[in-house]
Amino acid sequence: MSEKILEHIGKGYDRKEAQEKVTGQAVYVHDMEVPGMLYAKVLLSPFAHAEIVSIDYSEAEKLKGVKAVVTGKEACQRVGLYMVDKNIMAGKKVRYQGEIVSAVVAESEAVAEEAVTLIKVEYKELPIVHNLDEALEAKVLVHENLHTYEHMKGVFFPKKDSNIASWNRTKKGDIKKGFEEADFIFEDEFSVPAVAHVPMETHVTIAQADPYSDKIKIWSSAQSPFAVRQLLAKSMGIAKGNVNVIVPYVGGGFGGKAGVHLEPLVSVLSKAVHGLPVKLKMTREEEFNILPTRAGMRARFKTGMTKEGKITAMEVYHDWDSGAYADYGVNVGKTAVYSGAGPYAVPNIELHSRTIYTNKVFSTAYRGFGHLETHWAVERHMDIMAQKLNIDPYELRMKNLLRPGDTTISGELIYPTTGDPVACLNAVKNELKWTGRKSQEDRKREMETGKVRGQGFAMLQKAPAMPSYTSTSAIMQMDEDGHVKVMLGAVDFGQGANTIMAQVAAEELRVPMKDVEVVWNVETDKHPYDWNTVASKYTFMGGNAVRKAARNMVQQMKEVAGQVLRCHTDELTHGDGYIYHVHQTHRRISYVKLSMGYAYENGNGIGGPLISHGVYMASGLSNPDPETGQGRPGLVWTFGAHGVDLEVDVETGEVNILKIVSAFDIGKVINKKLVDGQVYGGIVQGVGSALIEGYKFDGEAKLLNPYFGDNRIPSSKDIPDEVKAIYIEEPKTAQVDGPYGARGIGEHPMISVPSAIGNALYEALEINFHRLPLTPENVALAIDKHYNNDESK
Amino acid sequence: MCSTAKNKGNCVEYTDSGLPKIAIGFEVNGDRFEKHVDPTMTLLQLLHNELKLFGTKEGCGEGECGACSVILNGKAVNSCLVLAAEADDATILTVEGLGQGNELSILQQEFIKYDALQCGFCTPGMLMSARSLLDRQPNPSDEEIKEAIAGNFCRCTGYVPIIEAIRSAATREREALI
Ligand code: FES
Ligand code: FES
Repeated sequence: MSEKILEHIGKGYDRKEAQEKVTGQAVYVHDMEVPGMLYAKVLLSPFAHAEIVSIDYSEAEKLKGVKAVVTGKEACQRVGLYMVDKNIMAGKKVRYQGEIVSAVVAESEAVAEEAVTLIKVEYKELPIVHNLDEALEAKVLVHENLHTYEHMKGVFFPKKDSNIASWNRTKKGDIKKGFEEADFIFEDEFSVPAVAHVPMETHVTIAQADPYSDKIKIWSSAQSPFAVRQLLAKSMGIAKGNVNVIVPYVGGGFGGKAGVHLEPLVSVLSKAVHGLPVKLKMTREEEFNILPTRAGMRARFKTGMTKEGKITAMEVYHDWDSGAYADYGVNVGKTAVYSGAGPYAVPNIELHSRTIYTNKVFSTAYRGFGHLETHWAVERHMDIMAQKLNIDPYELRMKNLLRPGDTTISGELIYPTTGDPVACLNAVKNELKWTGRKSQEDRKREMETGKVRGQGFAMLQKAPAMPSYTSTSAIMQMDEDGHVKVMLGAVDFGQGANTIMAQVAAEELRVPMKDVEVVWNVETDKHPYDWNTVASKYTFMGGNAVRKAARNMVQQMKEVAGQVLRCHTDELTHGDGYIYHVHQTHRRISYVKLSMGYAYENGNGIGGPLISHGVYMASGLSNPDPETGQGRPGLVWTFGAHGVDLEVDVETGEVNILKIVSAFDIGKVINKKLVDGQVYGGIVQGVGSALIEGYKFDGEAKLLNPYFGDNRIPSSKDIPDEVKAIYIEEPKTAQVDGPYGARGIGEHPMISVPSAIGNALYEALEINFHRLPLTPENVALAIDKHYNNDESK
Repeated sequence: MCSTAKNKGNCVEYTDSGLPKIAIGFEVNGDRFEKHVDPTMTLLQLLHNELKLFGTKEGCGEGECGACSVILNGKAVNSCLVLAAEADDATILTVEGLGQGNELSILQQEFIKYDALQCGFCTPGMLMSARSLLDRQPNPSDEEIKEAIAGNFCRCTGYVPIIEAIRSAATREREALI
C-alpha cells in the first residue's frame, strides 16, 4: 500500500482569491459596466393584495432618456422550479407589498427612477391574508388556481381552494399506540419571524438578449449559474444552450441568491430595448422589500414521554409562512419531513409540514434551509420537557439521540459512518463545564446583582436538501509547464470552495498548491455542470468529482509513462512532479514531459494533452413516499451541538453572550482556517436570528422595516466574547464516501444557535421563550411579566 | 448643457440633477484629479462611477453599512454620505491605495493570513476603517477594534478573524517601526 500522509488536506491555506479581495481588484456585478448598457428601475406595489385595474405609463415614456417601459402584460412569463407559481412581474394582481408591477429602462438610473414615479397604476384593493391562521381559514385565497400550477408531482402537494402550497407528511410507526405508551404528553408552540439574508452585495443582474436570435447573456450576482440557466431558459421557452450565465465575484448569498431572481425580468427588459444590455441593481430597501426572505414559521409539538425520558411518540405541525410565493419555500418545507424532529430516535411520529401562502414578501432558501426554524422548536421543546420531567437536559438528549442502528423519522438507517451526535453533545458539555441546573437560591442571589448567568445547549443536524439525482462535474487540464487548471460549475461566494477544490487537486496530483489554479468567473458556456451552489454539499460532491478528475489525470500520465518506461501502469506511482517506478525510482518521467503528450528523442510523439474530468452523482437517494415521507433523502448528514454561556441584564433585557462552544462531526477538516470562517460567520448569523433580526409588518401587511436602521444585522459589538469550535475527526465515524472523510459545514453553524441561547435564557431566568427574536425589549418584557407576577403571589 | 431644466439636457451622467456643476480638485491615493461634479453627486459615486475605483463598494447608500468607507483627510468616512463637492482640496485614500508599491501592506497581509474575508464585499471598507484606527491608535485594545469597525457590517465572517487580523497587524506595524 502506498498510503501517504496527507500533504495538503488539513492545511490552513490562504484562500486563493484573497489578494484580489484586499486590493479592491475583485470585480462584482455591482461594479460592472458593459458597453452600451442601459439602466432599469422598478415600480413596486404599495398594496399587499390588490387587482391591477390599469397601468398608464404614457408620461413615463415621454421622459427624455427613457427607452422602454414594461409591465406585467409584456413580462408575463412564468418562472419557477418546484412550484411554478410566479410571473416575472405581477400580472392581474399583486400578492405582496413590494411586488414589481412595472419597470423602466433608461439611459441612466436617475432618469429611470424619475420615470417610475410617473407611472400611474390603478388598483382595486382585495382583502389581505396577514398570517397563518387567516391563511388556513382560506376565506381569502392568495392563489385562486394553485391546484393548476405546474409543480414537481409526487414531491409537493398543493391543496385546491386553500392557501396551502404544499402539505408534506411523515408517518412512521403508530402514534396512537405511542401516545398510549407515554407517561406524559407535552405540548408546545414556537415561532420565528421572516428574516432577510442581507448579502452585502444586493441582487444585481445585467442581461443582454440578442434581438435576432434566442441568445441571452447574463451577468449576475447569483449562487447557481446553472440553475439560472435552466430556469431562465424554461421561463423564456428557449434552449438552455442559448443562455450564457456569467458569475464573477459574488458579495454573499446565504441562499438568497440560489435559484433565479432578477435574471428573467432583466432579460425581458433587454429584449424591450432591442437587445442592449440592461442593468438592474437593487437598493438596500428594495433588497428587503422585493426579494425573498427566510419564511416565518410556527411549530406545534405534542410529544409522548416515558417517565424515564424516552420519546414514545410525536405529533408535529410545521407551518411555514411563505408569503406570496413558494417556489423554493415548498422545498424548505419538505426538509421537515425527514429532519423536522431533530437528531432523535422517534419510534412513532406523524409530522405535517405545510408551506402556506400569505400576502407578504415571499420566501426562499436561506442558510440552514428550514433547520434553524425547526430546531428552534425541537430543541426548546426538549429543554422544556426536561424541566417538566425534572431530568437534566443533557441526560434527556443522551437518552434519545440517534445512534447506529436507529432510523430517522423518514426511515433512514443510521450507520456508524453517518456521524456521531453523541460525541458532539459530549464535547460541548465538557467544554461548557455543564454540571446541571442552577439552584433557585443561586438564581435569586444573582438576580439581586442585576445580572444573571445561564448556560444552555442544543443539538443540530442537516443533510443537503436536493433532488435525489443531483450531480456535479469538474474538468482539469495541465499546462505545458505542469500547472493545472481546474474548472468547476460551483460558485465561490466566500465559502472557500475554490481553495478547498485546489487542495483536493493538489493532494491527488501530489503537486504544490501554487501549481493548481481554479478558474474563476463561472460561465455556463464554458464551465462544467454543477446543480446549484447550495446545501453545504460542495466539499462532499465537488471534492469527490475533483478527486476523480485528478486520479484520471494521473492514470493518463501513467499509461503514457508505462509505454516509455516499458512497464505496466500498476508498477508506477507519482509524486514531486514525476511518474516513477515504485522500486527503481530513477525510472521516471516528469509531468511536464507528459503534459502535452510525450515526445521521444527521435521525434515520435505519443499520448496527448492532459485533460481529465470527474463527475459525482448523488448515490442511493430516493424521494420520500408521498403518504408517509419514508425514503432516503439525506446524502450526507452533519451532526453538531452548540453550548452557550450568557449573561442577561435583568433591567434592560440585554443578552451578552460570554461564550459559544460548538462541536461538529465534520469527519475531516480540509482547511481549518476556512472551516473556522464558516463556523464564526454562521454562529454570528445565528446570533442575529436569535437576538436581533426579523421582519415587521403593519396591519396592511406592509413591510415596516426595509432598512438597516430598523432591521440590522449583528455588528462587531454583538458577537460572543469567545467562540470555541470543536471538530470531531474520528475516522470511525467519518464519512467513508466523502473526500478524505469530509462532510459539509457551510450552513450548520447557524442552526440551533437561537435554541441554545433560548435554553440558556431559561437557565438564567426560569423563563421559557417561544418566539424569536429575543431582543432586549422582548426579554425585558418577559422578565417583567414573570417576576412581577411572581412577586405579587 | 446640463444646467438646463431637470433631465431636459443631453447629459445623462450619474446623478444628473441638472444643477450647475462644481469644479473640484482633490487627491486620491497620491494622484491629483480635477473634475466638474454634479452638486448632488456623492463621494462614493465620484470614486466608483467616475474614477472607476471599484474597490469602494455600495452596500446601502444610507450610511449604515460601511462598505463605502474611505479615508478622507485622515478620517474614515462613509463616502455615500459625503458629497463629492465636499472633497474639494481633500486627500483621499481608498483600498486601491493601501499597498506600498507592488507590495501588500501589513494590514492587507494580515487580513489574508487570518482569513478576515469571505465574499470580500465588505473588505475594502473594513480595511479602511481598520487603517484609520491604526493611524490614530497603533496599539488598540480589542474593544477599540470592535468600536472602530462597528459601523462596517460583515455578513460572512462573524468578525472574529477580522479582529484577529487587525490586532496582529497592529503588532506587526509597531514592530516594523522599531
Ligand atoms: S454604502 Fe455607505 S454606509 Fe452603506
Ligand atoms: S466578507 Fe462578505 S460581507 Fe464581509
